[in-house]
Amino acid sequence: MKFFRSHVLVSVDPQCLEMGAHQIVDTLNDELVSSGLIDEIQVLETSRLGDPTRFGPDLVVYPENVHYANLTVDDIPFLVEEHFLKGRVVEKFRAKETVVTDDELGAPKSKEVRIVLRNCGKIDPHNIEEYIAEDGYQALANALTSMTPEQVIDEMMRSGLRGRGGAGFPAAKKWQLCRQVPDFPKYLTCNADEGDPGAFMNRRVLESDPHSVVEGMIIAAYAIGASMGYVYCRAEYPIAVANLNIAIEQAREFGFLGNNIFGTDFSFDLEVRMGAGAFVCGEETALIASIEGKRGEPRPRPPFPAVKGVWGKPTNNNNVETYAVTPQILLKGADWYSSMGTEKSKGTKTFAIAGDVVNTGLIEVPFGLSLREVIFDVGGGIKDNKKFKAIQTGGPMGGCLVEEHLDLPLDYEALTAAGSMMGSGGLIIMDDETCMVDIARFFMEFTQEESCGKCTPCRVGTRRILDILEKICDGKGTLEDIDRLEILCHEVARNSLCGLGQGAPNPVISTLKHFREEYIAHVVDKKCPAKVCRSLIRFEITSPACTGCMVCARNCPVEAITGERRQLHIIDTKTCIRCGICAQVCNFNAVEVLS
Amino acid sequence: MPAVKSLEELKKIREEALKKRDIKTPSAHVQIVVGMGTPGIAAGARDTLKEFLTMIEEKNLTDIVVRQTGNFGMDSVEPVVQVIIDDAKPVTYGKVTPFAARQIMEEHVIGGTIVQANVIPS
Repeated sequence: MKFFRSHVLVSVDPQCLEMGAHQIVDTLNDELVSSGLIDEIQVLETSRLGDPTRFGPDLVVYPENVHYANLTVDDIPFLVEEHFLKGRVVEKFRAKETVVTDDELGAPKSKEVRIVLRNCGKIDPHNIEEYIAEDGYQALANALTSMTPEQVIDEMMRSGLRGRGGAGFPAAKKWQLCRQVPDFPKYLTCNADEGDPGAFMNRRVLESDPHSVVEGMIIAAYAIGASMGYVYCRAEYPIAVANLNIAIEQAREFGFLGNNIFGTDFSFDLEVRMGAGAFVCGEETALIASIEGKRGEPRPRPPFPAVKGVWGKPTNNNNVETYAVTPQILLKGADWYSSMGTEKSKGTKTFAIAGDVVNTGLIEVPFGLSLREVIFDVGGGIKDNKKFKAIQTGGPMGGCLVEEHLDLPLDYEALTAAGSMMGSGGLIIMDDETCMVDIARFFMEFTQEESCGKCTPCRVGTRRILDILEKICDGKGTLEDIDRLEILCHEVARNSLCGLGQGAPNPVISTLKHFREEYIAHVVDKKCPAKVCRSLIRFEITSPACTGCMVCARNCPVEAITGERRQLHIIDTKTCIRCGICAQVCNFNAVEVLS
Repeated sequence: MPAVKSLEELKKIREEALKKRDIKTPSAHVQIVVGMGTPGIAAGARDTLKEFLTMIEEKNLTDIVVRQTGNFGMDSVEPVVQVIIDDAKPVTYGKVTPFAARQIMEEHVIGGTIVQANVIPS
């Protein structure tokens, strides 16, 4: 094979071509010939290297990995002479920024198995060729050229893949139901409206590996016979939307989207629809309404979207992760995928771990790992050597699980049986300094605000639940309030129209179940055992720790602290607003929180 | 970009993409750096560089990166070439004529013995 000491990759994506990328390639070759370097340096054409609107016609020189941007034909002779002949990097042509890499994710931790996240941080999301190098679009080619839609569904059925949006309905079954409806055209939607506080699994996939979602959607469209697809993504994810749009455009360019894909008579196209970030739009009927341009509100089911969805036509809706993993399953086989996980929950799942653990962030683990393994092995244990108190799974509508649940395997059934849920995969871990009443109030505040207001139980119910919780946190609650809270929670869960209202009381119900004594402490003793609820705590400066340095007095926003220099300081509890700044600034740990 | 019409076509694109990626991740275990500043070129560094490239091709060697750099700051002994094998201390050679380049390639890069005659002591 011919050996080249250097390779020049010139971007020839449509926008760069418009700006004269081909002329640059020609000039480059001419110059290399005239300086006698053509045997040493190879010029290759590649897809986009960076954002063409910013970098214009650009190229990268390897092995040095120097990115030159905004080139014109006139720059080339100088570039060739300086860089290729004399070996000097031409700083004035260099691109200001390098290609995005994934710092957020980091290296896989022990017990992690990355399938959905396998390409994140490894490939350039702007370059379809890098995805193809990782076997991208091969599953699609196989499916379209050698499998019938039924065979695709069968294979997916055998893999045991369950919808990753939260409910865990078998994905292939959903596809089959939609396929069987004798109404055309059919639509495909992808739920990328990730709204759980602290969860960003889908964003990561969309930003770092958008082609896996695109490929998965084309395969699913082939299986159900859909002709048009929408990715519903929130506007708060601008990079995800941008990368997805680039990926869709590149897929069109390569003929993976459009008419007669792979020379077959199957045609499909994709579009990104941006949502304004309403949590309820993650519910499929609300999502469909929003795609149609209507107000994002759910409607009663049936009819299910598989029968009447987008524009009243059969629609299949799955989560980002479900689509992203589909090509891998077809490529490596259902047996490979179903070899991971538990009996009823197959494969792997991405989770966003947040809260009081050492390693917060994204993980992908096979189903069946115990919560203990996830928290203490993958998550690295509780921060600052504190004690584990509870874990909230499934986002703001999930329940809290406690110590006794730690050996539960992570799978759909086990979590549901324990009174929580899988959800889309948010895990919030809490240490023993967390007040569970306050946590319930926090989640209720979120769901109350996100309630769309269409049905009364959710609109009024969540408001009332929040009122009672605030009353309890303020130390004004009574025992009757707790009973009322419990009744109200069950009514809201039973009578609400969609998943939001049905799930909203979960954090309250589960904390009432496992931490009732904390609620009672709040209403009877007027104490907050975790010393969090402001109305129930007071700050006190203790002797002899206090050196009288006056730092606390200077920092107190309401001037509640008095005392002479080198004398014990005193907090006036009447003026004190319990902001805790004195405890933060004290260098001697002299400020104590009492309840 | 014409539309991809078959699995074979896709595989071809994949091969090319893989090749491009190999180029992008120079994990070579031998690096040959040729000083190509003005004095280097005047002293014939081009021919030296070409000799390295020809030998790599002749002997079908892989895992080697040939890079050029600016002036090493040792004008009296140009052309200057540095050979870096894995994490070992770089060996700097002076007065590397095409003949010496051939010797360095055979003895040092392939054989593993440093060509003492041309080494610039550091």
